[in-house]
Amino acid sequence: MKTVFALTLALLAMVPAARADDEKPYKVENGKVDQATFNGYRRYGNSCLQCHGPDGAGSSYAPNLTESLKHLSHEQFAETVINGRQNISSSQQNVMPSFGHVEDVVTYLDDIYGYLKARSDGALGRGRPERIGR
Amino acid sequence: MLRRVALACALAVTATGASANPELLRMQRDPNQWVMPNGNYASWRYSELNQITRENVGNLKPTWQFSTGVLRGHEGGPLVVGEVMYIHTPFPNRVFALDLNNPGRVLWRYEPTQDPTVIGVMCCDTVNRGPAYADGKIILSQADTTVVALDAKTGKEVWKVKNGDPAKGETATMAPMVFGDKVLIGISGGEYGIRGHVTAYNLADGKQAWRAYSVGTDEDIKFDPQKTMSMGQPVGANSSIKTWEGDQWKMGGGSTWGWFSYDPDLNLIYYGSGNPGTWNPVQRPGDNKWSMTIFARDATTGVAKWVYQMTPHDEWDYDGVNEMVLVDNLQVGNQRVAKALVHMDRNGFGYTLNRENGQLMVAQKFDPAVNWATHVDMETGRPQVVSQYSTRAQGEDNNTKNICPAALGTKDQQPSAWSPKASLLFVPTNHVCMDYEPFRVSYSAGQPFIGATLSMYPPQGSDNLGNFIAWNPGSGKIAWSKPERFSVWSGALATAGDVVFYGTLEGYLKAVDTKDGKELFSYRTPSGIIGNVNTFTHKGKQYVAVMSGVGGWAGIGMAAGLQGESEGLGAVGAYKSLSDYTQLGGVLTVFALPN
Repeated sequence: MKTVFALTLALLAMVPAARADDEKPYKVENGKVDQATFNGYRRYGNSCLQCHGPDGAGSSYAPNLTESLKHLSHEQFAETVINGRQNISSSQQNVMPSFGHVEDVVTYLDDIYGYLKARSDGALGRGRPERIGR
Repeated sequence: MLRRVALACALAVTATGASANPELLRMQRDPNQWVMPNGNYASWRYSELNQITRENVGNLKPTWQFSTGVLRGHEGGPLVVGEVMYIHTPFPNRVFALDLNNPGRVLWRYEPTQDPTVIGVMCCDTVNRGPAYADGKIILSQADTTVVALDAKTGKEVWKVKNGDPAKGETATMAPMVFGDKVLIGISGGEYGIRGHVTAYNLADGKQAWRAYSVGTDEDIKFDPQKTMSMGQPVGANSSIKTWEGDQWKMGGGSTWGWFSYDPDLNLIYYGSGNPGTWNPVQRPGDNKWSMTIFARDATTGVAKWVYQMTPHDEWDYDGVNEMVLVDNLQVGNQRVAKALVHMDRNGFGYTLNRENGQLMVAQKFDPAVNWATHVDMETGRPQVVSQYSTRAQGEDNNTKNICPAALGTKDQQPSAWSPKASLLFVPTNHVCMDYEPFRVSYSAGQPFIGATLSMYPPQGSDNLGNFIAWNPGSGKIAWSKPERFSVWSGALATAGDVVFYGTLEGYLKAVDTKDGKELFSYRTPSGIIGNVNTFTHKGKQYVAVMSGVGGWAGIGMAAGLQGESEGLGAVGAYKSLSDYTQLGGVLTVFALPN
C-alpha cells in the first residue's frame, strides 16, 4: 500500500498542475461549486447530516467525514455507504446503515463524494456553497 | 387543592372504572420520592422539599457518582421509589436499580438484547428519556420499540410487547406513562416518513388496549367528527386526510416522541405530535393535519376530545411534542382559568389553553428573536407567517435565510418546571436561527425522508446559543432571561426552597433564584448535561440528582459548533465547538448539603 501511495505521489508530481485539478471529483472556483458538487451538498443534507453533522464535520455519535476522506479512497467510501458498517464494542455502538437500495443516495454517490472530498481537501468552507454561474 | 383532586379522582374511578393509578397518584404527591419522569401527572417538575434554599444552595456538594459505562447522550433522569433509585442509558438501554442505603451499589441491572441496526435509523443519537414506574413494575421503552415491564424488585421481565418496526424507521426514545391499569407509549421516526401513534397497553399483561394515530382516517385517529372539537368547532368528517394530497398521509409523520400529561379529574391525556412527512413543504400541500398538534384524548377509550394545530403545513420542522404543563387556577387577563394547559412550543410561541375544551387563551413569543410569524390569530388559532421566512413561499431549491428559531426550536423536549409557589414556568431554551433550503426527495421505507438542508447559527447580534427563562403563562411575558453560551438542553427542577436547577451543555449543574435568575450555585459534572434534574430525600435529607452525558441533537454541534467561524457572525470564537468544553460519558451525580 505504501509503495502504491508513493508511486501515485510520484506520478502526480510529474503531471502538470492543471491535469491534477481535472482529476478532482469536484470543481470549486472562487468559493463557488459546480452543479454536481452542489447536488452532493444537498444529498448529504438529506441522508447523512443527521449523524455526520453539518458540513461533514461529525457529531458526538458519528465521525468527522472531512477527516475520514483524508484516508478513505473513493472505492472504500462507496463500499461503506452501500453496505454500511458496524462497530460494536463494550464502549462504542456505532452503526452506519446500508444505503445500497436508497435511490437518492446511490444515484448521487459520486456527487456526495465530490462534495465531501472538497470539504476534506479544504477547497470548500462550511455552509451552503454557491453555484458557479449563478 | 390536592384533596380535591384526590376526591375527584376517586369519583372518576368509580364512574368509569379507569382513571389515575391510585398508588402512583399517592406516590407522586410524596416529595420524598420522584416516581415519574416529570414529577407528577401535571408535568410540573416541582418539589415541595425546602431543605435546600436560595440561602444555602451555594454550599451544595456532590456526595456520590455512578458511571453508566455508556458514552452516548443521556436524556431523561433518575426515578426514586422508596429507597431505590432507577437510572437508564441510551442504547443499549441499560437499567440500573441502585441502593440508596449503600450509595451506588447495584441491586439489579437489566440490558435488553437488541439488533444494533436500529442505531442507524435513530435520527438524532440513541437517546432514551427513561422508564416509568407503577405497581411494582419498571416499564422500559427500548430503542427498537420493544416495551418491557420489569419486576422493580428483581429486574426480571414480566411481559414484553413490540410497539413498532425499526425496518420502517420506527424507533422509541420517549418515556412511557402509566394511568389507571394502562401504560401509554408513543413512537419516534419523524425523519423517516412514519405515521405517528400513541398506544395504551394493559399494565398487567402488555395486551394492547387502544391505538390512536396522529394522521389518517377518522377511525385510525379516533376522532368523532361531531364531538371532537378544534377552536370551538366540531372537526367534521375526514379532518385529517382531506388536508393531504392523495395518499401522502400514509407517510404523514406526526410522530409522538415527547411527553405525556394526564388530568385524572377530566380523565384526559395530553401530548403533541411532530412534523409532517418530508421537511420539504412544497412536496406535501395542505394543512397536514394532525401533525404539529396538541391532543386531548379520553384515557379510557383514546377518543380525541379536542385538538389544536399550532403549525399548520409546517415549513421549518417545528415539532409540537414538547411537554404539556397542567396549571390550575391561572389568572389570564381578567379571567381565572380553573384548568389551564401551558405549552412552550418548538415554533417559539408559548401557548396557554383551557384544557377542558381547548380554547386558546394566550400565544406569545418566548424569545424576541422569533420571526417566522408575526403573531397567532386568536380567532382562527393560525400563525401569521412572514413570507420572507416561509420556505414554501420561497420555494424548492431556494435558500430561505435567517429564520428564527432553527429547526431545533426555541425549545426542544427538555422539560420546563412549573413552580406554583412562584407562579412562573422555568424554561430551558435555544437561541438559534437557520437557513433552510427544501428540495425534492423520494420516499423509501426505513430511509431518511428529509428533503431540506439547513445551516444553524445564533441570531444576529447575539453571542449566546441559549437562554434559561422564567415565563408568565397568564400574561405571555418573559419575567427574566439568563443567557447561556450553548442551548440549554436539560430539564429543569423548581423547588419550594425558591431555587430552580438546570444543567448546561458544558456540564455545569446550576441553581438560580426563582425571583430573578441570579446564579447561586454551579458545579462542573464530568460531561455535558442533556438530562433532567430531580430531587428526593433519603433518611430525611434532601438530595438533587442529574445524569451527565452529552449527545442527542445537541451532539450534532459537538464536533465543529453550529457556525463556521469563517462566516463572521457574532463575536469571533464565542461559539467554539462544544468539544472544546466537554467529552462523552454517562455519569450520575447526586448532590446534598454538607452535614
